Amino acid sequence: MTKEKREIIIFSIFTLAVLIIPFFLRGSYYLNVLVFIGINTLLAVALNLLLGYAGQISLGHAAFFGLGAYISGVLTTRFGLDPWLVLVIAAAASGSLAFIIGFPILKLKGHYLAMATLGLGIIMYIIFNETVAVTGGPSGLSGIPNMHLGALIFDNDMNNYYLIWIITLIVMLLSINLSQSRIGRALRAIHNSEVAARVMGVNARILKVQIFTVSALISAVAGSLYAHTMTFISPASFGFNFSVELVTMVIIGGLGSIYGSFLGAAILTVLPEFLRVLQDFDIIVYGLLLIIMTMYLPGGLINGLQKIVEFAAGKVGKRGGSGA
Amino acid sequence: MNLPQAKSEKGAAAVLRIKNITKIFGGLTALEDVSFEVKDGSITGVIGPNGAGKTTLFNIVTGLYSQTSGDVYLGDKNISFFAPETLAGMGIVRTFQNVELFSEMTVLENVMVGLHTKSKSGIISCAFKLPSQIKEEKYIKEKAMHWLEFTGLADHADIEAANLPFGKGRILEISRALAVEPQVILMDEPAAGLNSLETSQLAMLIKRIRQSGITIVLVEHDMELVMNVCDSIVVLNLGKKLAEGTPREIQENQEVIAAYLGEG
Repeated sequence: MTKEKREIIIFSIFTLAVLIIPFFLRGSYYLNVLVFIGINTLLAVALNLLLGYAGQISLGHAAFFGLGAYISGVLTTRFGLDPWLVLVIAAAASGSLAFIIGFPILKLKGHYLAMATLGLGIIMYIIFNETVAVTGGPSGLSGIPNMHLGALIFDNDMNNYYLIWIITLIVMLLSINLSQSRIGRALRAIHNSEVAARVMGVNARILKVQIFTVSALISAVAGSLYAHTMTFISPASFGFNFSVELVTMVIIGGLGSIYGSFLGAAILTVLPEFLRVLQDFDIIVYGLLLIIMTMYLPGGLINGLQKIVEFAAGKVGKRGGSGA
Repeated sequence: MNLPQAKSEKGAAAVLRIKNITKIFGGLTALEDVSFEVKDGSITGVIGPNGAGKTTLFNIVTGLYSQTSGDVYLGDKNISFFAPETLAGMGIVRTFQNVELFSEMTVLENVMVGLHTKSKSGIISCAFKLPSQIKEEKYIKEKAMHWLEFTGLADHADIEAANLPFGKGRILEISRALAVEPQVILMDEPAAGLNSLETSQLAMLIKRIRQSGITIVLVEHDMELVMNVCDSIVVLNLGKKLAEGTPREIQENQEVIAAYLGEG
């Protein structure tokens, strides 16, 4: 089986699973969790394009998520604009911001880039908090309208589930396509050896800014969907902690794997539910998880999963000789 | 001020011209007023003891360093201070002394990156798999396989580059450079770390690359290889050009012998 055919089959199975899961769930609690996994997957995929493929760290990605959410929230509540129109505006604004700051910021490497993006995250967080007249400040912004499609209003968990997951699936598919194209190869080349990539004719500077822009744009879409789903937003959701959580999702799931991003997002969404008993000490568990993952499974959970599948297929393949 | 010297004495045009290149790092003069020409379709060796400035020269020609003064010409075009990615598009490409592979990518993918300048699909057409992108992707893959067959690495196409033996890694770097379809390849110590069999295979590959019309500039310490494949040799010592000529002339040059043996 060719690699391409296998990709199509995997994506089809994944899509089918996502579409039928709600029929097996009782009660809205689980659906609600799955909605959040969808939003977080969107964010993790966005960050993975930058961190996993291009190898550029961002410790401020919550800023783009928050920007998307606040643009949507403010424009719908204060100016009565249509949620879909606002989603497009949010994505464009966030992408533009990333494009403009991308040129100076992405010249930096490693720790310096981490510090610069961290600064960006903190600045945006302060803006969300302090511009009380616009954002409502620390007490948040409420009354954000739900998304709608003609007469269909996305005001319950079932509708929201399909809204968010269909968008997430589309973004995942586009990201997979991108990762397997010349752009995806160029990004990975920059990750492996920027100097060699440049010598091969890859314009690393432009490409890094482009992928940063795409990443910020997707994050803003996630933010906008979040705002219209929750109908209430406050700065606490878009702080430094969440930026770190996003990085954790991408690393735990698997750098440079779109399905890994889903896995990481799913785990980090569900884990807090189990860690409630630990209260504020849950951050320790995240830390431990990160340390264990980077030490023993640097390819992330998706890589571990692949190894298990290959191992199993190898055992079966002794007789049949499947391609794994 | 410089008239374009399109033809040199033997009639072959100079494809690459190094004009009065000086490079100063802080207080250290790495290159001082170095000039020479590389004839189209030739194999030119750049040799010299360690610290002679050979790699610095390569870094300047390929746009990784900026020279303090002097110019580099590709044909009649002044390419001084051009970025590496621009130079790749114009047909100048290099390999590295410490093999710089895309180690987490397969052998085939490495070469496919070499075709970056030969393709143009952007983020949108790649994400949406537009028909033009699918067609282009097919072309990239076929062309990359062609180069792997040319260098004899086709059997290793699906191996991750990090898992390739060192000698094969060097060949992969050359395959990747060939995929750019360059006018000039600069090879920085391609034989370093190779055994004698691998070195003789490399010599044959270098000659075959020249036959396909590509000009080669070679920094190398392996004198047997240099004398065997080069048409012309430039000797650098302590940042200055010491001598220039055919392998035979260089072998008989007293100054060169002194520089290598450390006589004063």
